[in-house]
Amino acid sequence: MSGGSYYVPATSKWPVLGSLALGVMMIGTGMVLVHGRGTLITLVGLVGVIAVMALWFRDVVLESRSGLYDAQMDRSFRWGMGWFIFSEVMFFAAFFGALFYVRTFAVPWLAGEGTKGATALLWPEFTAHWPLLSPPDSSIAGPTQVFSPWHLPLVNTLILVSSSITLTVAHEALKEGKRKICRNWLAGTILLGLTFIVIQGVEYYEAYAHYGITLQAGIYGATFFILTGFHGVHVIVGTLILIVMLFRVMRYHFSPEDHFGFEASCWYWHFVDVVWVGLFLFVYVF
Amino acid sequence: MAPKVPPQPTLEQSTTAAEAGHGHAHEAPPKGIMRWLLTTNHKEIGTMYLIFSLIMFFIGGIFALVVRLELFQPGLQFVNPEFFNQMTTMHGLIMVFAAVMPAFTGLANWMIPLQIGAPDMALPRLNNFSFWLLPVAFGLLLSTLFMPGGGPNFGWTFYAPLSTTYAPPSTTFFILSLHIAGISSILGAINIIATILNMRAPGMRMMDMPLFVWTWLITSFLLIAVMPVLAGVITMMLMDINFGTSFFDASGGGDPVLFQHLFWFFGHPEVYIMILPAFGIVSAIIPAFARKRLFGYASMVYATAAIAVLSFLVWGHHMFVVGMPLAGQLFFMYATMLIAVPTGVKVFNWVTTLFRGSISFEPPMLFALAFVVLFTIGGFSGLMLAIAPADFQYHDTYFVVAHFHYVLVPGAIFSIMAAVYFWLPKWTGHYPNVRLSQWHFWLSVISVNLTFFPMHFSGLAGMPRRIPDYALQFADFNLVSSIGAFMFGFSQLLFVAVIVMCVRGGKKAPAAAWGEYADDLEWSVPSPAPLHTFETPPTFQRPAH
Repeated sequence: MSGGSYYVPATSKWPVLGSLALGVMMIGTGMVLVHGRGTLITLVGLVGVIAVMALWFRDVVLESRSGLYDAQMDRSFRWGMGWFIFSEVMFFAAFFGALFYVRTFAVPWLAGEGTKGATALLWPEFTAHWPLLSPPDSSIAGPTQVFSPWHLPLVNTLILVSSSITLTVAHEALKEGKRKICRNWLAGTILLGLTFIVIQGVEYYEAYAHYGITLQAGIYGATFFILTGFHGVHVIVGTLILIVMLFRVMRYHFSPEDHFGFEASCWYWHFVDVVWVGLFLFVYVF
Repeated sequence: MAPKVPPQPTLEQSTTAAEAGHGHAHEAPPKGIMRWLLTTNHKEIGTMYLIFSLIMFFIGGIFALVVRLELFQPGLQFVNPEFFNQMTTMHGLIMVFAAVMPAFTGLANWMIPLQIGAPDMALPRLNNFSFWLLPVAFGLLLSTLFMPGGGPNFGWTFYAPLSTTYAPPSTTFFILSLHIAGISSILGAINIIATILNMRAPGMRMMDMPLFVWTWLITSFLLIAVMPVLAGVITMMLMDINFGTSFFDASGGGDPVLFQHLFWFFGHPEVYIMILPAFGIVSAIIPAFARKRLFGYASMVYATAAIAVLSFLVWGHHMFVVGMPLAGQLFFMYATMLIAVPTGVKVFNWVTTLFRGSISFEPPMLFALAFVVLFTIGGFSGLMLAIAPADFQYHDTYFVVAHFHYVLVPGAIFSIMAAVYFWLPKWTGHYPNVRLSQWHFWLSVISVNLTFFPMHFSGLAGMPRRIPDYALQFADFNLVSSIGAFMFGFSQLLFVAVIVMCVRGGKKAPAAAWGEYADDLEWSVPSPAPLHTFETPPTFQRPAH
């Protein structure tokens, strides 16, 4: 508890501008999806959202650097970031839950398993298997083959797990005041992150070009892309966050004791890493 | 309902510590609309939440009255079935996401910092962001009514494939608006949880917190746990609609029932999100007017936590008729019945608090007592619905409608009204007009029963929900319901009148407006509460009892 030094900002224009920008972006997105036009509106909204986030975080960094924050504020940020990551965990839990439900119940039931399997009457010829290469209805073309987990996915797993280690090394260096070492290992982590993104891009190309794994390829394609896609977006965001942290390290923003911005980025990166391990196991291996 | 914020600095609580610390403390707030757009003050943001929710309560109410108007007698009179479906859907969506949830968040904003002795919410700018997302989200949602093909027409539960394959084109906008509302809820909950865990006055332990704070702590946890699941499921809808995926389409190996599982994994904790803060409010009001300490404080906390945990394990009771394996039906049936135990603990504690109390019937107490009785009726009908074999009969009938309106209207909404009457003196410095409040209460409590009690009977007799026309034998019950609904709707104008009058004037309220048994920290600051309170944390004194 503090003795009355908790910083309550007087006013800020970023929240209301942020919600406005988000609204514009959503309206634009809806127009693109429904009416096939509105790309410009979407882009304006997107740029607005990014600009507001940048300026808002800039305010927070400036306030932090001018010493307005106390230990209690630090704890608010820690709780805030921790619960935010928990919400992200639950977001992925929905998609993992969908994957498990489909594999354990929906597909076997379609093939007649279980006492309540009324859906088995729909496509009597259908047999259950996973990965689901031939969906029940012949109008939907399934994937022609699926990825071997021991090629690109394994490489990506090694990259992302190593990046968690390199980031921890950077963090430890920062805690010991070795700024340059921290900078180098952080830069290495960012390179690993970028490599992961590129490899994932190659895999997506392969999926569409040679494997027949598409969004329209039945439930296998749907779960594959929603899980790897949202994970990929999180890696991109995480990499951007780490790039910002690299600049902040280079500008002497952090001290060995006081660097929660850096630490929060580490939390986020480790979370993204753990999600990938889950993906590797349940999307690719098993 | 804007709080009267006295401009004179004499009412400011602390003068030395905060202002000496750094000079930014109190610049004059911007004038006019900018003050509300840019504010970071928990009281102003709380007020905006409450006004927003009141407006949405009336918009959602008008949709309900369109429904009741059409159902006044059998046959199609006023609206066509397509529009009727949009009205039932939008009524549900608006009431759940835009009226009840923001009202509780508004109360949390106003009262939690005051009840724990904090200078503001933990993350004040994020707080303002959470609020301003709401007008954007629900402006977009309401605009779908004017889009080609009309607005959402698949019920507030938006089951696939009604909401995917057979949905109007505006569904994409509905999904995006719900995403914005979800972001608002998650960020708001993170803020509340951080505030409660980190901003309590020195000396206040967790088990010293007022129950409204406890219930909101647990509610925030539920929000953070399940709103992302809602975001996930509507994203899958978006993909099915726009990108040809097969999540909810059996022809591709997906399953429409998967939608229901995911939706109700969100949806069941969601109904506790709408009732746990109500428990906290009632637990504050009943001791104040029974002039006794709350019976069983610790058991109230544990019961709330138990309800929250159980809420994750009972979603299947909404889906008994989808063809679930027997083991699933049994599990969900017994788990659901188990919730009656902690809920029973709560009702027992309220009644025991009243036992041999010297009770008086001020407006907040009237609503709180009605809550205890009528919410319990809703709880009992919930137990009936929990019985899987019986539910096959009740499912999708007006019995279900009666059940959840009993827990939501004389449950959640009565508790919100009780809270408004209870805390209006703290917000405005005036007591609400007693006579008018009593009229509001009695008209509301009579009409709410007139509206929803007959629905039990029409439901048990087999009247299905979400239909614009019905068989002749249901005519009398529906006529009574419609009369009750219009009475209830127009009675709420009295509520607005009371609030407006209370803001403008009335009998002056002292700091401790409701006597010595309403002694949480909010009653130690002046009435009306000055714009900034507890900038220097108060020392928490544990009441001796």
